[in-house]
Amino acid sequence: MSQKGPGNKPALAVVSSTTSGSALDVPPILPLTLQNIDYEVEGQRYLKDINLEIQDCPATVILGPNGAGKTLLLRICHGLLQSTRGRMQWHNEKIARLPSSQAMVFQRPVMFRRSVRQNIDYALKVCKVPSTERQQRLNAAMESAGLSHLANRPARKLSGGEQQRLALARAWAFRPQVMFLDEPAAHLDPGATRQIEDMIKQIQLSGTRIVIVTHDLGQARRIAQRVVFMYRGRVLENRSAEHFFQSPDTKEARAFVAGELLW
Amino acid sequence: MSEAFSPLSAALSLVFSGDQALGEIVLLSLKVSLTAVFIASIIALPIGATLAIYRFPGHGIIVAVLNSLMGLPPVVLGLIVYLLLSRAGPLGQYGLLFTPEAMIIAQTFLVLPIIAALSRQTLADLHGQYQEQFRSYRLGAVSSILTLLWEGRFSLVTAILAGFGRASAEVGAVMIVGGNINHVTRLMTTTIAMETSKGDFSLALGLGIVLVFIIVMVNMLAALIQGLERRA
Repeated sequence: MSQKGPGNKPALAVVSSTTSGSALDVPPILPLTLQNIDYEVEGQRYLKDINLEIQDCPATVILGPNGAGKTLLLRICHGLLQSTRGRMQWHNEKIARLPSSQAMVFQRPVMFRRSVRQNIDYALKVCKVPSTERQQRLNAAMESAGLSHLANRPARKLSGGEQQRLALARAWAFRPQVMFLDEPAAHLDPGATRQIEDMIKQIQLSGTRIVIVTHDLGQARRIAQRVVFMYRGRVLENRSAEHFFQSPDTKEARAFVAGELLW
Repeated sequence: MSEAFSPLSAALSLVFSGDQALGEIVLLSLKVSLTAVFIASIIALPIGATLAIYRFPGHGIIVAVLNSLMGLPPVVLGLIVYLLLSRAGPLGQYGLLFTPEAMIIAQTFLVLPIIAALSRQTLADLHGQYQEQFRSYRLGAVSSILTLLWEGRFSLVTAILAGFGRASAEVGAVMIVGGNINHVTRLMTTTIAMETSKGDFSLALGLGIVLVFIIVMVNMLAALIQGLERRA
């Protein structure tokens, strides 16, 4: 399997060989269709008439300046929030409802007050991964995050970068079809960011589809196959990354790609 | 001077010689309080967790009532339990008044609001941290509660110890519903009250020493557990 991206080889173990018996073997839940989605709190409209299809593609980046509504949209897609109006439809609703078919990694990683190993084991149990597979999944997940040597360390004692790697590994451990990532590297230094991006590439290679929110243009360029560009609660563009970065349709996207301040 | 010291030396010799009467009272006290705290915990922890996770009509009132019940005077509680258990009361047919079981019932109701209110506070804070992750895992009510209880294990043990401290130190409720009957319902606190009023200080002081020792131990245990929490 050839490496993608700008020639930087991940320092992490290749994990694509361990996808047997996963949610990836069941019918795909993507595309996800959103129709006329509005999100309102106390009269304030944060998302405005969103019509969007998130396609079955390795990495979709939701891009836009702060306050565009990216995180809200992600939370609605994952079912953490209910839209005020509109309709949302997975290609396969029944499977999309299983806890093992979608995962989310938050901007600030949520760590349980347990060891690294127990954090992953908890996720595997919640997602009903059979106990015969659990041990192997656990080890693969810790290895993918480069945390095997810290298996028994309390998760909350890890550094910020290690915690976010653990959060990714914990989400990936049950092989979701779709993984939502909310600015997973927002609080991290460049080295830790690079490690996170390497992990994201590995996760893509294993077949899990990534939907990631970012305001970081460089990160978007490195990861995206498709770009959903948001601005002030609206989706302005939804197209292939290549097209988006070469010739954005809207003036807002052109300004954003050119690095001009826009909010 | 010597008059003040003679009961103290008598008390110390009672404690360290393993006096049978003293031992019997200490054991019964521990049995009553530990059983009450155990039963109260089983009821109070799920109540605390449920109140921490769910919002429903009347939620605020229940929490306020629970918080104020933490300061319920033991004698008032003793009076209520007495009326319930007395021959003419609704539970009179079971003949529980003036038995250790009556004291367990009274202490259970005494510490239940303490454990429920303290655990609700702890678990509500934790739930704020974990809420979205739980929803992401599509976790049901029972799994959410069990996970929260485990995540809050250190603080919850502290809450339970606070309940135990309250139960073992109170005198009002057990005096009323137990009756302080020799060899049946005589606890450390009730014995201290009685012996003192009789002017017989050595047993009272001996029991006082044991009681204070137990309370100190409980608090040291709580501090130890908080130390463990910081490392987890």
